[in-house]
Amino acid sequence: MSEALKVVFGRRYRFAASHRLHSAELSNEENSRVYGKCNNPYGHGHNYVVEVCVSGTVDPATGMIVNLVDLDKFVNGEVIEAFDHKSLNEDVEAFRTTVPTTENLCKEIYQRLKLFPLAKLERVRIEETSNNAFEYAGEEIQDHRADL
Amino acid sequence: MVYLTRKIEFSASHLYHNPALSAEENRRIFGKCNNPHGHGHNYTLEVTVAGEPDPVTGMVLDLKDLKTILQREIMERMDHRFLNHEVTELKGQIPTCENIAQTIWKILEPKITQGRLHKVRLYESADIFAECYRNGATHA
Repeated sequence: MSEALKVVFGRRYRFAASHRLHSAELSNEENSRVYGKCNNPYGHGHNYVVEVCVSGTVDPATGMIVNLVDLDKFVNGEVIEAFDHKSLNEDVEAFRTTVPTTENLCKEIYQRLKLFPLAKLERVRIEETSNNAFEYAGEEIQDHRADL
Repeated sequence: MVYLTRKIEFSASHLYHNPALSAEENRRIFGKCNNPHGHGHNYTLEVTVAGEPDPVTGMVLDLKDLKTILQREIMERMDHRFLNHEVTELKGQIPTCENIAQTIWKILEPKITQGRLHKVRLYESADIFAECYRNGATHA
């Protein structure tokens, strides 16, 4: 078996936040039609689960792609502290102009976590509820860090 | 291409310790995973096989056969074992999720002869896992 294997480390995090789906580009009637009760004016909340996958070389000295203590510190600093018990619309700069759907939330979290310096971010998966999940793995542009 | 996944659970103990490092370094890097007498987890293993369904049976491979392979190759090797001491294939490695997943891949890959092993995902707990697949493979 000589084929190169890709190894990915995954970790799940949780935060609770509120949001309201409302697009400034649509009329009130259209917003109500498109987003239904997610458009209710005072917003509502979810317990979000964020699954973060990173890849890289498994260090023979530690058996790890990355020490989860370091990954936790980065994810907590960049995502959990910024989003937990917050209003996504009001408290997160990106969602002042973008609708905080979980699709957009995936992309926002991906943008933040792709700066992680110790491993390559592979994808971000978010469970908005136990029935709805969204995943984003960046656009299909070759990331040069993959070759490092 | 169709992807099928079978899940098994096993319980095992391990510890993280690199004899090339000092006791202090081991403690700093591995934290409580370095506790000398080890600790255990309930592992969940998901094995994904890819292939085209056989036109007669409609199966990529018979799940009974996959179950037998997983029982013989993984359960008998790892279930209720101390991974550092009792699993030959892990000797000399730190039995992290990453290393166990790769070891499981190497054990299973030649045993799966109908369809092709596509992905191995190993959960150490509900929130920590590692997976491996061929470089360049698209996800199931």
